Amino acid sequence: MSLPPLLHGESLGKTYVTPVLSDVSFDLQAGEVLALTGENGAGKSTLTKIVAGLIPPTGGVMRLNGEAFQPASRRDAEHLGVRMVLQELGLIPTLTVAENLMLDHLPSKAGFIRRDVLNEAAERQMASIGLEHINPRTLVGQLGVGHQQMVEIARNLVGDCRLLILDEPTAALTSREIDHLFAQIALLKQRGVGIIYISHRLDELQDVADRVMVLRDGRHIDTRQMSEVNQDDIVRLMVGRDVRESLDRPRRPAGKLALEVRGMSRGKVVQDVSLGLHHGEILGVAGLVGAGRTELLRLIYGADRRDSGEIFLDGDTKPADIPTPMSAVSQGIGLVTEDRKTQGLLLPLPIRVNATLANIAAISHKGWLQPADERAQVNRLSDLLGVRSQSIEQPVGELSGGNQQKVVFARWLHRDCKVLLLDEPTRGVDIGARADIYAQMDQLAEAGKALLMVSSDLRELMSVCDRIAVMSAGRLVKVFERGEWTQHSLLEAAFSGYLASGTATTPSSTEMTHH
Amino acid sequence: MKNKAFPNASFGTSLRGALGNYLGLIAALVMMVMLFGSLSEYFFSAETFITIANDIPAIAVTAVGMTFVLIIGGIDLSVGSVMALAAAVAGIAMMQWHWPLYLALFVAMGMGAVAGLLNGAISVTWRLPSFIVTLGMLEVARGAAYIATDSRTQYIGEPVEWLSSPMLGGVSPAFVIAIIIVAIAHLVLTRSVFGRHMIGIGTNEEAMRLAGVDPRPIKIAVYTLLGALAGLAGIIQSSRLEAADPNAGIGAELVVIASVVIGGTSLMGGRGSVISTFFGVLVISVLEAGLAQIGATEPTKRIITGCVIIAAVILDMYRERSRSRRT
Repeated sequence: MSLPPLLHGESLGKTYVTPVLSDVSFDLQAGEVLALTGENGAGKSTLTKIVAGLIPPTGGVMRLNGEAFQPASRRDAEHLGVRMVLQELGLIPTLTVAENLMLDHLPSKAGFIRRDVLNEAAERQMASIGLEHINPRTLVGQLGVGHQQMVEIARNLVGDCRLLILDEPTAALTSREIDHLFAQIALLKQRGVGIIYISHRLDELQDVADRVMVLRDGRHIDTRQMSEVNQDDIVRLMVGRDVRESLDRPRRPAGKLALEVRGMSRGKVVQDVSLGLHHGEILGVAGLVGAGRTELLRLIYGADRRDSGEIFLDGDTKPADIPTPMSAVSQGIGLVTEDRKTQGLLLPLPIRVNATLANIAAISHKGWLQPADERAQVNRLSDLLGVRSQSIEQPVGELSGGNQQKVVFARWLHRDCKVLLLDEPTRGVDIGARADIYAQMDQLAEAGKALLMVSSDLRELMSVCDRIAVMSAGRLVKVFERGEWTQHSLLEAAFSGYLASGTATTPSSTEMTHH
Repeated sequence: MKNKAFPNASFGTSLRGALGNYLGLIAALVMMVMLFGSLSEYFFSAETFITIANDIPAIAVTAVGMTFVLIIGGIDLSVGSVMALAAAVAGIAMMQWHWPLYLALFVAMGMGAVAGLLNGAISVTWRLPSFIVTLGMLEVARGAAYIATDSRTQYIGEPVEWLSSPMLGGVSPAFVIAIIIVAIAHLVLTRSVFGRHMIGIGTNEEAMRLAGVDPRPIKIAVYTLLGALAGLAGIIQSSRLEAADPNAGIGAELVVIASVVIGGTSLMGGRGSVISTFFGVLVISVLEAGLAQIGATEPTKRIITGCVIIAAVILDMYRERSRSRRT
């Protein structure tokens, strides 16, 4: 090739106390999508942060279009057209879409913002990437997470963009929005923009990427043409061993009724939902983002107030009184929250403290902690779940997503819940830890616990669950038995609520925040 | 992160680890003592020692409660006024009803606890920032103290004197009480369920709620406890003056918060230590006494004290950063 690659990285490395990235070399051509994948902690984020100028490498060199590229800061990299869309949204929710888009060069006259110019420019900007249906005068905080993500991406396309890094861009998107994003990516490719695309979702990578680069333990394992590999190959490269998903496992024998919900409602978010959950089964809840799945779990758990509806435990004829999470926990119900960082874990505190939070009675006597008991119990749980850490004294904030989630599981194992509500239990969890978590869920069901699991990953639900309930637009539209469902029938049910209503609202615009 | 004992660590290493946490504060104290000693020949004297020892108890017991409040992510600006109110009520009990000192102590702490309970219950029930609620209480309690004392300093005299009069070795009962409270509070924070819950709430209240721990009664209890300790501080202070002064404790909240922050407790909640707070109290007291000894004027004293507070917080921030980078 006569032209130098858009970006060339040569033996890049980053060492904190131990190396997290070592000797990684790669090329990115203009107009190419390079998928970057690997387990959590494999070094994907580190590598992309080096490229985007967020952190300096401790070894190696980069060349951009053949010229030495040593960004000292994110701003530096952005000047050269290298931009990164961060996993955490960097938007300011109290400002409008237009203001967010133009934050560092707001058109002004004598210090006053020229709104007409601003909104017009923003409108053009949004239209150029196919987001003309979003009014630039809307406050970002009023948009659904999916739209916020799109605005975030749009912001990075303002001005000169030669290299775009997308880190898990579809985590919060509905499938419709994902299609839209992919269309934008195709346009960017035509413009000659090089894209580094990080994702756990392998099916997605196959649709969008030209080549795939796999990292493991901070090392470059392989880079392949996407057309030459299948998902199993990638998984093998990522974990270095075979992981089989058991799609054709028989249904677990269902036990007695553990929890029954009748007529659960809250505003328009959850409308008249009834379902029964049995001991020894995993019941999945599928649906689009904003279908009311998270909200349903929170209503059962007493985390939000319900307008109407009753809960019956263990086949009781009298409804259980669960007005708060405290009473839910005391009656044997646990919740693995959707967002473990803000709602699940105490990040600066050690594994030990996080794991015993829900059952402190087991490690205390008359109000005083029993450190020896606590250490013994947490060590046992940590070994059982295979939490990878230096010791149980390590702050959970330093663990990878998968290990953090194992700590959340440890908490509810410690509490010995009868009913476990799981909201996206494998979000942001790497494949190896995912398998451990599925195994743990399987054992819990085996032990007679009742599990209710929300997930946006249909393959996951189909492989793990005995039954799948589908929610659409706040209603429970159908419950499938194992063997009855296909990916197509589940999706059809998930969309049914939006089609029937006949309105043009997209799922994410009807989405409510949880607070 | 805090250097907590690892499962296989021997007692010796954990002790060294514990001392290591306070090393910075101890070094700062030693340096201050040496500096003032070299600047003033009178600094190493019994009088200085007594001044400092008398200064400490009232601030120390309040600072213990304030440490808890800061750990749960709150703040209490009303402690100075609550001190005055509690002392006033205790003074009435002793002078007009002729109650003995130990009952007056209960009255003072009870009065303080009521103020603290109101602070906690109001801010928890209506989810108001404690800054605003306790700012209101600062005015309410001060006003109540004026009413109780008829706006004059009420002489109490002999009944309350005992608390601050030197016993064996020149130490007052108030000092002993303060040390005992520091020790108990340290155990509560590090070894009890209540302490664990306080740290959890200060770190992430919503996560605690979703883990099935109700933060509300815990938060109310913490404010109530601080109120009771401020009440105790109020009567200790009145024992030094032998009177209930409606103007007592004006600005005390700032000295107390400064001591706690110098000790490294985070204003953001979730992190703090009672022992470090005690060292923070010592730093403030030694600074006060030392500056007075070398003849610094009141304005100079205030400027220097202010600079020390800011410097201490900056230092602590760097220490915390290097710690989290190490792990």
